[in-house]
Amino acid sequence: MTEPLDTFARLLLHQAKVRPDRPAFREKDLGIWRTWPWAEVAGEVRALACGLAAQGFARGDRLAVVGDNRPRLYWAMMAAQALGGVPVPLYQDAVAAEMAFVLQDADIGFAVAEDQEQVDKLLENIPHCPKLKRIYFDDPRGLRHYAQGELMSLDALQALGRECAERDPRFFAAEIEKGRPSDIAVILYTSGTTGNPKGVAQTHAALIETARVLVAFDGFTEEDEVLCYLPMAWVGDFLYSYAQSLIAGFCLNCPESPGTVMTDLREIGPTYYFGPPRVYENIFTQVMIRIEDASWPKRRMFHAFMKLAKRVGMSILDGRVGVPFTDRMLYKLGGFLVYEPLKNVLGLSRIRVAYTGGEAIGPDLFDFYRSIGVNLKQLYGMTETCVTVSMHASGEVRLETVGRPMPGVEVRIADSGEVLVRSPGVMREYHKRPDATREAIDAEGFFHTGDAGYFDADGHLKIIDRAKDVGKLADGTLFAPKYLENKLKFFPYIKEAVCFGHGRDKVCAFVNFDMEAVANWAEKRNLPYTGYTDLAAQPAVYELVRECVEKVNRDLAADAALGNSQIHRFIILQKELDADDGELTRTRKVRRRHVAEKYAALVEALYSGKTHCFVETQMRFEDGRTGIVSADLRIAEARVHGAAAVRRAA
Amino acid sequence: MTPVAERGTGPAILAVEGVSLAFGGVTALQDVSFDVREREIRAIIGPNGAGKSSMLNVINGVYHAQRGSVTFKGRKRHNVDPAVAARQGIARTFQNIALFRGMTVLDNIMTGRNLKMKSNFLQQAVYWGAASREELEHRAKVETVIDFLEIQHIRKTPVGRLPYGLQKRVELARALAAEPELLLLDEPMAGMNLEEKQDMSRFILDVNDQLGTTIVLIEHDMSVVMDLSDRVVVLDYGRKIADGTPDEVRNNKDVIAAYLGVAH
Repeated sequence: MTEPLDTFARLLLHQAKVRPDRPAFREKDLGIWRTWPWAEVAGEVRALACGLAAQGFARGDRLAVVGDNRPRLYWAMMAAQALGGVPVPLYQDAVAAEMAFVLQDADIGFAVAEDQEQVDKLLENIPHCPKLKRIYFDDPRGLRHYAQGELMSLDALQALGRECAERDPRFFAAEIEKGRPSDIAVILYTSGTTGNPKGVAQTHAALIETARVLVAFDGFTEEDEVLCYLPMAWVGDFLYSYAQSLIAGFCLNCPESPGTVMTDLREIGPTYYFGPPRVYENIFTQVMIRIEDASWPKRRMFHAFMKLAKRVGMSILDGRVGVPFTDRMLYKLGGFLVYEPLKNVLGLSRIRVAYTGGEAIGPDLFDFYRSIGVNLKQLYGMTETCVTVSMHASGEVRLETVGRPMPGVEVRIADSGEVLVRSPGVMREYHKRPDATREAIDAEGFFHTGDAGYFDADGHLKIIDRAKDVGKLADGTLFAPKYLENKLKFFPYIKEAVCFGHGRDKVCAFVNFDMEAVANWAEKRNLPYTGYTDLAAQPAVYELVRECVEKVNRDLAADAALGNSQIHRFIILQKELDADDGELTRTRKVRRRHVAEKYAALVEALYSGKTHCFVETQMRFEDGRTGIVSADLRIAEARVHGAAAVRRAA
Repeated sequence: MTPVAERGTGPAILAVEGVSLAFGGVTALQDVSFDVREREIRAIIGPNGAGKSSMLNVINGVYHAQRGSVTFKGRKRHNVDPAVAARQGIARTFQNIALFRGMTVLDNIMTGRNLKMKSNFLQQAVYWGAASREELEHRAKVETVIDFLEIQHIRKTPVGRLPYGLQKRVELARALAAEPELLLLDEPMAGMNLEEKQDMSRFILDVNDQLGTTIVLIEHDMSVVMDLSDRVVVLDYGRKIADGTPDEVRNNKDVIAAYLGVAH
């Protein structure tokens, strides 16, 4: 019997049949990893699906899923899909008001929440979302006294489902029979740098076809291991964990808690890893901090071998010829002494492929991983195209590009420089937004990405920046803010930066330092401080940041095209940019325009020649209340080099 | 949310009667009596030097009162050894954190199980048979406490490297590992910021609600006391000056006088 494996529910049954005893999910609970094989997962999903159906969940209904990566939340998505419904994963750190929009927009009637925190947020939204009738929770802790009729535990739901399945054993299979590949499989809300988020509706066919290409591209098998630590609401997790696991049959590992990811990573030793540059950056920063704290023989050894790795590591990884024999031997020794132990500590020792995407990655960061033998590759894509527009093939990895278009994907560059994409993975529509859909997908079926880019001589796609963000200085030279910011952010001490310069005579910047790294640095110098705001005002910290800025300027001076966009003046913001204050998106990208508006007074001060500026900003605390943070900020000058300095003197 | 009102209405689990305590000529407690009901959260408040910590020390036997008695679970005693009190089911945390700074969080919490370990030193040194089986059981119990207080991420971190708020939480974890019936908390929120206080308040309520532990706590932050506790005892210069629900105490003129001072 060869059933077509064209919906996620059919894929689940297939996996349960062909590899019933292979691990499908793992979760660390009470300090111990627990494993669920595929056959058991199918049983759990069946119980959930039958339970949901008994509660009135019908074909086409939407199921909100909100919480950290937990096996049962993934199963709930599978259950909804089996019934022909549509799971809608929500960002777990969104506040109640942010959830309201998605709950209304997607007409959510049923929701699965991880714990009390998420249940509270959903309950808060019930008055605005009259359709929300049922809320199921995974972790009953703290919910014992909740008397709301909408609430039910997933345990109870599954028990109900098992009863129903016993009465009507054919029901589950029959529901899966009714599924069509053209059905919507999931609605993923894009974080949206402007306005309300948009729901991207993707079909089973689009997701499965894309995931199959990916699985074939890097040869994933049931032997692979993945750690699910990215938000479930992000397309990256849905496609690279959920969809690929259902196709290749590998195991999804759920961390114990968001705080234990690094430990869990080391215990699991994933073979395949996907993360935005920020994650790689955090790991790298931690390594650097710990090395700085190490005894000097270790520090010397680390730096010596990293220098060697930087010289020959990437050539060895790519299998290029022409690396001298002595260097190869030294690299082997380095592997034994430094690279392998380091990878082991980071949980990367079994990595076959690691991907990064979503944003440009700093050159030194990228080289760091590749030089110690981690096969890190860049990919390019977005929710609307099931990610996967282009990707580096192993052995063809180049920092400045995002690789060639994937099989089955057509990429065209518009006259404006915008990248256009046509592929099986392009979304069907924005949910309830025909206007936005028409704007994004043209008559020929090409999706307009909004990114500016071009193909280089080898056919690799190169993305410069968001099309709307690339600007020009007053004298007409190119200004690519993200490029500068990424250069700044590479320094372990700098966490976030926002550069200004479009239409201006020079480039100025806001800087957020990395609290962990700078706190450590301050402690070593016996510099007393009370917190971020206090550190941000200290002259020594300004000096530290100034050194970083000046190093960037030196690099830029060497670049013919970007020599003029050296950073002349900067401010260390008195608070960290935060998604809760609307300054970052939930995936932690800077909302440039919003920041520029919110801190307009500071931007003016940067360009006015003032040396101080007083600001008051509203800040949202983690409990949801708001407060005012005020500070008198110093504006610092940074030395500029070469062409720009000459121009200024003239 | 509407919690079902069931806590703090049971019979008294602890009764303090006529306790007086003096250090030389200094009177710390004078004829203090109050009771604590099962599953209640009972606060002891008062200005500095009112005798609050001394009271806790009398309850778990660190100090021995000159007069008066403490009745715990129906057993009346004049004085008691702290180890005996612990074995009877009284655990506590301290005003100044008393953890082993060089040991990991996990090991610190394991020490809370010490009284329940039956294998002897020799068996533990060999770590075979009964000792390793026992350790597994205790570890499983400790893991539930770690899960309960959400400190998985610092399981293997030495306590000395943790921020203050987390150390307080570890101390609570160690006390909970002993599975106490009565938990004495000496200023569990002192020196914490708002967020840490909220977390700690939630944990105290959860402990009381889900584990059914009776709690006696000393706290200076009045909003915390008023929110958490079922009944409040107020001490001033070693004497009890008020006893009742938070609302009653708040409006008591002696209490107001003790806190704000009176015009002479």
